[in-house]
Amino acid sequence: MNVLANLLVALRALRINVLRSALTMLGIIIGVGAVITMVAVGSGAQDRVSAQIRSLGANLIIVFNASSRDGRARLGAGTTYNLTEEDAEALTLIDGVVLTAPTVRGGAQVVNGADNWWTAIQGVTTDFMAARDWELVAGRAITEEDIRAGAKVVVLGETVAKAVFVNSDPVGSMVRIKNVPFDVVGVLAKKGQNSFGQDQDDVALVPLSTARKRVIGANLQTRPTGVAQILVKLQDGADAKVVEEQVTSSLRQRHNIQPGAEDDFNVRNLSEIMEAREASQRVLSYLLAAVASVSLLVGGIGIMNIMLVSVTERTREIGLRMAVGARRRDILLQFLVEAVTLSLIGGIVGIGIGILASALIANLAGWPTLIEPLSLVLAFGFSGAVGVFFGFYPARKAAQLDPIVALRYE
Amino acid sequence: MSDEALIRTRNLAREYHMGDSVVRALRNVSLEIGRGEFVAIMGPSGSGKSTFMNLLGCLDRPTAGEHWFDGVDVATLDTDQLARVRNAKIGFVFQSFNLLPRTSAIDNVEMPLLYSGLAPDTRRQRASERLARVGLAERAHHHPSQLSGGQQQRVAIARALVNDPLLILADEPTGALDTRTGVEIMAILQELNARGTTVVLVTHESDIARFARRVIAFRDGEVRADDRVAERHDAAAQLSAFPGEAA
Ligand SMILES: Nc1ncnc2c1ncn2[C@@H]1O[C@H](COP(=O)(O)OP(=O)(O)OP(=O)(O)O)[C@@H](O)[C@H]1O
Ligand SMILES: [Mg+2]
Repeated sequence: MNVLANLLVALRALRINVLRSALTMLGIIIGVGAVITMVAVGSGAQDRVSAQIRSLGANLIIVFNASSRDGRARLGAGTTYNLTEEDAEALTLIDGVVLTAPTVRGGAQVVNGADNWWTAIQGVTTDFMAARDWELVAGRAITEEDIRAGAKVVVLGETVAKAVFVNSDPVGSMVRIKNVPFDVVGVLAKKGQNSFGQDQDDVALVPLSTARKRVIGANLQTRPTGVAQILVKLQDGADAKVVEEQVTSSLRQRHNIQPGAEDDFNVRNLSEIMEAREASQRVLSYLLAAVASVSLLVGGIGIMNIMLVSVTERTREIGLRMAVGARRRDILLQFLVEAVTLSLIGGIVGIGIGILASALIANLAGWPTLIEPLSLVLAFGFSGAVGVFFGFYPARKAAQLDPIVALRYE
Repeated sequence: MSDEALIRTRNLAREYHMGDSVVRALRNVSLEIGRGEFVAIMGPSGSGKSTFMNLLGCLDRPTAGEHWFDGVDVATLDTDQLARVRNAKIGFVFQSFNLLPRTSAIDNVEMPLLYSGLAPDTRRQRASERLARVGLAERAHHHPSQLSGGQQQRVAIARALVNDPLLILADEPTGALDTRTGVEIMAILQELNARGTTVVLVTHESDIARFARRVIAFRDGEVRADDRVAERHDAAAQLSAFPGEAA
C-alpha cells in the first residue's frame, strides 16, 4: 500500500472522530503556538536593538567629560570641559579609528514666529553626521566654511522641524535661537527613539564655533577649545576593546594624569551596552521558548495516549485489515501516518495561532515581534518529529497484533 | 497445476499451549478440497472448525503437518507472502460481518484493494461492481449502522469478492441472521460457487449445510465424517417459494 492510500485511510479515521482528533492536537497546538510567539518576541527584541545600534551609528565609541574633583565637592558629569578639539584631533591617529567628532551641547528655544520648541542645540563639526551615520532629507549639512566663519546656520532634527514649521518649508527660512537669527540650511532624516526611549530627532545642529559663541558660554571661557563629548567612529572589524584602551591611554597622557589617578573622562561603547541588554532579553525569551517546548512534549504524550486508545478500540479493524491482506508494515504505516497527521495539523494550527498571538502582542502590548520563516519551518518539522516519535510505539503495537486474536477481540 | 486440488492437507495439527496444559485443537487432518467445491464444515462447539478455517485462510500456522494451497506449500511462505495470498486469493466472511463502523458500504468493499496496489479509479469501479452483484448498488453510501444484518453480510461478501478470490472462507456466515436472510446469503454463495469459486463454510445448522455439495464433520479436532450431500438444496428456488417478495 502506498503512502497516499495510507494518508487517505488516516484522514478517514481522523474525520470519524473529529472532536477527539481536535482535542488530541490541542497540546501540540498550544506548544507550537507558544514557541512561535516566544521566539517572535525574542527576535523582535533582537531586531529592535540592532536597529537602534544602527541608528546610533555602527561602531561608535563615545568619550565624555568625567566629573572632576574640585576641592572636596564632586561636581556632576560634564560640568567641566576636560576634553578639547585637540584631543579629538589626536584620537584620529589611533589605529582603527576612522574619524572623530567633537561636540558641545546646550538647551535652547528654537523660535519661528509664534511657533517655538525647546530642544538640544548641538555644536558639531563636519564629521558629526558621518560619525552618527545620519542623512539629510532636505538642504545641506554644516560645512567647514560655516565653522570657520562661525556662521549662524542650523540643521534641524525632524521633530524640531515639524514643531516650528507646521505648514511651511524649513529650508531657506529663519529661526531665532537665544534671540539670534539663524538660517535653516537643512533638515535631518528621522532616526526615531534610541534604546533609552529618547527622541533622537529632537535636536538642532549648529557649527561648533557658533555654538560656543552664541548658545553656550560661561564654562568655556576657561577653555576656548573645550568640548562636551567626542564621538569616535571605528573601522569595520576594528576591535572596540583595543581602541578603547588606546583612547584611554592617549587621553591620560594628553591630560597629564598620573598613574593611579582617576581619569577625567569616561569612555563608553554604547553598542556594547545595548548588545548586552539585547543578549539578556534574547536569552530570556529563548528560555521561555524552551519552557513552551515542554508543552510540545506533553502534546506528544497526549498523541501517544490517544493512539494507544485508538489501537485498542480498533483491534478488530486491525485484525480484519490483516486478514484481507495488510502486511505488518502497512498497519504500522497507517497508525504512524495517523499520528503524524495529527501532529502536523496541530503544528500548522499552532503556527497560525503563534502568528496571531505575536501580532496581538505587537499591537496590544507594543512589544516588537518578528516572525522568522525559519522558525516556522522548524516548528513544522518539529511537530512532525513529535508525531513520528510518539506515534511509533502505538503503531508498532498495532502492527504486532495477531490477526486471529485481533479478529476475535470484543 | 489446475487439475491439482486447491487445498491439500496432510496430518495437519494445531496445538495451543496454555501454561502447562496443551489444547490439541486440531489433529491429523488430511483432506483434499478440489477447485470449485462447496464444502460445509460441521461439528460441535470446540471441535476445531474455526482453528481449521484459520489455517486454510493462511491466518495461522500449524504446529505440525503440511498445507498446500493452490499448488504452493504454505509453510515456505513468509508473513508478507501470506498476506499477499490472503489479499489476492482468499475472501473471508465472518459471523459478525466485521465491517468498519462509520464507513460507507463502498469504502468497506474497497478496503482490501488498498493493499493490492490498484489505482483509485479501478478500486472504486470494482467495489461498486461487487456491491451491485450482491444487490446493494443503491446502498453504496450507507454506513453499516444503517443496514440490516443481511445487508451487512452481503456487503461483507462483496468485500470478500472484490479481488476475485479462488477461495471463499465463511465461518458461520448465517449464525447471526434469521432463516430467510440466511437462505439469501446461501443463494449468493451458491451462485458464486456456480461461477467456479471454491467455498468452504462452517455452520451448526444442517439445513444450511445442505446448500453445500460436501459436508465434513469434525469432533475433538479430528475429521469424523466426510460425505457428499445427497439432496442438495437450491437456495434461489427456496427463496422464490418464501412468502412475500424475493430478495
Ligand atoms: N487462542 C487459543 N488459545 C487456546 N486455546 C484455543 C485458542 N483458540 C481455540 N482454542 C481451543 O481450541 C479448541 C477448538 O476451538 P475452535 O475455535 O476451533 O472451535 P470451533 O469448532 O470453532 O467452536 P465453535 O463452534 O464454538 O466456534 C477449543 O477447545 C478452544 O478452546
Ligand atoms: Mg468457531
